[in-house]
Amino acid sequence: MSLLSFLDRSHTIAKPGYSRWMVPPAALCVHLCIGQAYAFSVFNLPMSKLLGVSQSTPADWKLTDLGWIFSIAIVFLGLSAAVFGRWVEEGGPRRAMFTAGLCWAGGFLISAVGVYAHNLWLIYFGYGVLGGCGLGIGYISPVSTLIKWFPDRPGMATGMAIMGFGGGAFIASPLSVWLMQKFSTSTHIGVAETFIVLGIVYFFFMMVGAIIVRVPAPGWKPEGYVALAHTKKLITNNDVFVYDALKTPQFWLIWWVLCLNVTAGIGVLGQASAMSQEMFPGHITPVAAAGFVGLMSLFNMGGRFFWASTSDYIGRKNTYFCFFLIGTVLYALVPWTGSIGSVAMFVLAFLVIISMYGGGFATVPAYLRDIFGTRYVGAIHGMLLTAWSAAGIFGPVLVNYIREYNVTHGVPKAQAYNTTMYIMAGLLVVGVLCNFLIKAVHYRFHMKSEQEAERAQAGIAAAGEPVGA
Amino acid sequence: MANQAQDSSMTLKLLLAWGFVGIPLAWGVMQTIANAMKLFQ
Repeated sequence: MSLLSFLDRSHTIAKPGYSRWMVPPAALCVHLCIGQAYAFSVFNLPMSKLLGVSQSTPADWKLTDLGWIFSIAIVFLGLSAAVFGRWVEEGGPRRAMFTAGLCWAGGFLISAVGVYAHNLWLIYFGYGVLGGCGLGIGYISPVSTLIKWFPDRPGMATGMAIMGFGGGAFIASPLSVWLMQKFSTSTHIGVAETFIVLGIVYFFFMMVGAIIVRVPAPGWKPEGYVALAHTKKLITNNDVFVYDALKTPQFWLIWWVLCLNVTAGIGVLGQASAMSQEMFPGHITPVAAAGFVGLMSLFNMGGRFFWASTSDYIGRKNTYFCFFLIGTVLYALVPWTGSIGSVAMFVLAFLVIISMYGGGFATVPAYLRDIFGTRYVGAIHGMLLTAWSAAGIFGPVLVNYIREYNVTHGVPKAQAYNTTMYIMAGLLVVGVLCNFLIKAVHYRFHMKSEQEAERAQAGIAAAGEPVGA
Repeated sequence: MANQAQDSSMTLKLLLAWGFVGIPLAWGVMQTIANAMKLFQ
């Protein structure tokens, strides 16, 4: 009972003297942990020879079967963020972070049992379903809290947290490899033990975030901050109810804006190593390609903070115009860099593209806040993440299948990606149009006091915070 | 006086909180940079 009340929103209201700069590290505690998902592939090869140890046996799991673990987790990320978004929003960040920690750590522990018992279905359920729910709930848990603490710099604040999601793999990848080395012997691969250690460490880390996170007291404002009396064209002081947001064209336009931006980035992110080697045979070796992938990860992470912070100054709409216009030019130039054999131009183009891919993720919460207000931004963001799941299918399909088609039709490997690059540039032009069409939400969608009272009576907003705060 | 003590306590909490997330992240970034340098070798 006392633990449950400790998780309540009412117990997380900041006392005077609390610094809002405690909230970004609280958010990072969660995002750095769940960002491990990007590094899950380090387990694929070891898990494909758990029985054979030195090499795979027919009874071992196939890489194609193991690939489903990550896919299931990403599907459940999108689903849980969409389904639990409102629960996260109304219950407060501590309850959400605690739940995310339980799901995430529980997913690892169940997967450890799955590895020990050599039962892949347990891993699908553990890491895929339960861990995926931890991913979704954890991803959206600090978003609206950060926006409320940083009304003057919402882009920077959410950018910091979402940067952590990009950076989580930097820690998880070498840590997992090191742990597996420690637990492996000549007759055993230490995947199960590594899962147990990671589960415990991540749970501890996420609980620290849950303990130190606070929501601002009602009516709190940063010192010297004056809310705009007259809102800018695209920044509202009103709130839109979570399910009403779905009825607006703005939600779906932003959905496409995110989906197109992610589609353009995610396909090349997954194929960067192979693509760079095939476009520059003899110039980019496998080792150099691995370095290129590492550099892209750094720009993916850095872009999240850089672009989201920049959006506080130039506006969200202009930031997405930058992504789409610069992206279109760069994608159209990539085949040319291949034809003149300029590795430097090729690398530079993709580093900028991938920084904008990360920037798209990090800027979108602030875009939603501008359009739909602060009250349900976390829940609306959760539903928007289905665009990520969709892009996760479109992007790799575009890159892989078009390359395959070209190669089987006699196109040299060095030019096999050209068509895809032009298609990506075309998709970004569509993104420009979608972004251009985004206007302020019609006032009929704004929450009204009677509507709020009705919902409060129904117990929807019984989370300790005044309705509509 | 009480305010000063509260301020220094909050500063310490901030340092601990940022160190708690910043040190592992910096370690991970250094590992990745070392890996990325292979592109220029």
